[in-house]
Amino acid sequence: MSLSANRLEIGQVHEEVVVEDLRRTQLVQYSGASGDYNPLHSDEVFATRVAGYPTVFAHGMLTMGLTGKMLTNWVGDGRLTSFGVRFVGQVWPGDTLTARATVGAIRDEGGVKQVDLVVETVNQDGRVVMTGAASARIDP
Amino acid sequence: MAVDRFPVEAGHILMFARSIGDANPIYSDAEYARTTEVGHVIAPPTFVQASAQFDPDWPLRPKIGEPWFGSGKDPTGARSNPTRGGGGGGAGAGLHAEQHFEYHRHLKPGDVLRGVTKEGRRWEKEGRRGGKLQFMELITEFYDQDDQLVITARSVGVRTEKLPDQA
Repeated sequence: MSLSANRLEIGQVHEEVVVEDLRRTQLVQYSGASGDYNPLHSDEVFATRVAGYPTVFAHGMLTMGLTGKMLTNWVGDGRLTSFGVRFVGQVWPGDTLTARATVGAIRDEGGVKQVDLVVETVNQDGRVVMTGAASARIDP
Repeated sequence: MAVDRFPVEAGHILMFARSIGDANPIYSDAEYARTTEVGHVIAPPTFVQASAQFDPDWPLRPKIGEPWFGSGKDPTGARSNPTRGGGGGGAGAGLHAEQHFEYHRHLKPGDVLRGVTKEGRRWEKEGRRGGKLQFMELITEFYDQDDQLVITARSVGVRTEKLPDQA
């Protein structure tokens, strides 16, 4: 699956719910796979009593990974040329995240079509938790 | 992170894809992957971050015989190691503010990467509740077994200066 420049429009939006009711077990899964074992993400005693947070919270990189799934589902596998984000709000157990990509530009780079996307991920209250940008190679 | 040898393995890619809830068979099914444009299994776009598993000095992994700042029955009082900008960190240490990847090609099982990290910019900003926010950028270039640049990663970590009433 891939996108085609002549079927894309500036301002076009693609969005997906990338996680529903985020479970603490998924944070443990992500710690194990990524190697980021920061106790803030899995250790309730540490997160609340030592670090002073209401509970454990998700790795920023988990939110980026979940959002990347929306991008690759849309632009196709192996098509991303860049993906960058800013983490702007915390993601908590129980959150439902929607990741959204908006077409910002379609351009020609050395004869290859590229799409530039504006990326945003919001929680169930509509609060933005991550913003970013991505580019992908697309078909003519 | 300085990683001399990051072997990209099929099982690791599968576990990473599961952890981000991505059932796309391009990450696990070699037979399916052969039928696609890419032609082989690849890794999800944020997978290279798991190179931390192969960084001998990565501070956010418990190490045999060394104190670990996570709790047992109760908090241990152990301090987190000072983190190196790229994210994570315990109480009072750094948090991950930004992450950027440039893909020169996508990773596949069998790749063996080497990460070369250098410091980027440093800057400061006033925090919303007072106290300075100190930002630090780290740039890691990942080279493959043929010394080709495959991914450029740029991370920004932020530390907050402790306010007097938090000291």
